[in-house]
Amino acid sequence: MGIDTENQEIENSIREIAKKLLSENQVDVIIGYAEGTIPLSSTPIFIRKEEDVNKLIWNNLCYINLANYLVPLMPQLCDSEGNALKIGIVAKGCVGRAVNHLAVEKQVDLEKVKMIGIRCNGIVNRSKINLEIGEKEILEVSISGNDIIVKGKDWEKKFPYDQYINDLCKVCKVKSPSASNETCVGECEELESIHDEFADVIEFELKSSEEKWDFIKETLEPCTLCYSCRQACPLCYCNLCFVDQNLPVWFGKTSQLPDIIVFHLIRAFHLAGRCVACGACSSVCPVGIDLNMITRKLEKIVKDRYNFTSGLNAETLPPMMDFKMEDSEEFMLEED
Amino acid sequence: MTETVLKEKKLDEKWEPKIIAFLCNWCSYAGADLAGVSRIQYPPNIRIVRVPCSGRINPYFIIKSLTDGWDGVLISGCHPGDCHYISGNLVARRRFAILNELLEFFGIEPGRVNFMWASAAEGERFANLVKKTTKIVKEIGPNTKFQKEW
Repeated sequence: MGIDTENQEIENSIREIAKKLLSENQVDVIIGYAEGTIPLSSTPIFIRKEEDVNKLIWNNLCYINLANYLVPLMPQLCDSEGNALKIGIVAKGCVGRAVNHLAVEKQVDLEKVKMIGIRCNGIVNRSKINLEIGEKEILEVSISGNDIIVKGKDWEKKFPYDQYINDLCKVCKVKSPSASNETCVGECEELESIHDEFADVIEFELKSSEEKWDFIKETLEPCTLCYSCRQACPLCYCNLCFVDQNLPVWFGKTSQLPDIIVFHLIRAFHLAGRCVACGACSSVCPVGIDLNMITRKLEKIVKDRYNFTSGLNAETLPPMMDFKMEDSEEFMLEED
Repeated sequence: MTETVLKEKKLDEKWEPKIIAFLCNWCSYAGADLAGVSRIQYPPNIRIVRVPCSGRINPYFIIKSLTDGWDGVLISGCHPGDCHYISGNLVARRRFAILNELLEFFGIEPGRVNFMWASAAEGERFANLVKKTTKIVKEIGPNTKFQKEW
């Protein structure tokens, strides 16, 4: 079975469930994906009426993490008195994880959020495709069989799907929030079949400090500090971001590398034990920076140290909200 | 300062690192005090900032110290279980563990940022660890990575 038919099936069931939820008044609004205004993209959509459910889509370009729209609560998602509406959310695995994690952090009331769980089969790496196409303008993108077909004015290019999905999706263990394609609240399943030994991260860790610094410099060099990664991140919801704090100024807002690196360093630190590895930050980056290495490192740190994977359920406290007397402290300085 | 100047600075035998030390008020600061009143010699390279608790130390402090050009950072708090605020240092320990790994991952030399425990009764230990830190940082050399061009 090709990816296109799989997507079609998922899309149909999303629409069906959405219709049912809205007609039975189980939810007031559904957050889902709609066709993007430009090719190779998708856009979030809020559906309130039954007749609009056909605007909902699902394909491998739905890279946005919809949990981003739950926190902070927008006026569009509140009733006239400012109380949260009952929300249905189209949830691929990482959206489910993000919702769970937000619930642990007491940002989301799970009783008011209903997930429409779907089994995601990986998100297309847009920057990789954009890079290969270069300057040419893309007019149409379609998925047929197991290929992504990109069309422009008198040219057409085929990209095999399995080579052009995000690296994070290739090792993703949480494809869907629940085992079945039904409305669900809670538990994500973790696929045991996929073994992820963090080989790439371990290989990188063995390098010398200079090599690491050079790699980070090279990766982040094109960054323009547009903060798209922050905006797209479902877990970046501080009222006042450290970027905007000015007493003291934590890092300079210049286009120089040290400042850019400090931004990414602090952002990475903020996401330790929280990042759900959805890859939304890399997908939205206008200059196509691949932040996967940092994301994977964060996952590895909390997995190794505290045996924690974020967002698998809504109960386990993340490492930074918890502590134990017997935590490892091998990095502490000791007398000779 | 250009990199060449800094490299020369490293070669310069007289170069002394500047290390910023964040000490918790209840143990490490008192430990430093004890080292002082006991007349134990330790290198004058550290500049002490007194904080209420090691849990007060925001990781930004450490990163900002590095970007501001300090050659080394030393963080010291009460031993686990001895915190004046019961669990401040335990919370801090998790933070430091993750920050330490991240800094290394980003290519900051291991040893640029150091963490230690020292109680109010451990003047000698404090002095020894300051000596050790100074030695480590001296070996790494000046902190040039966050040097801006202008």
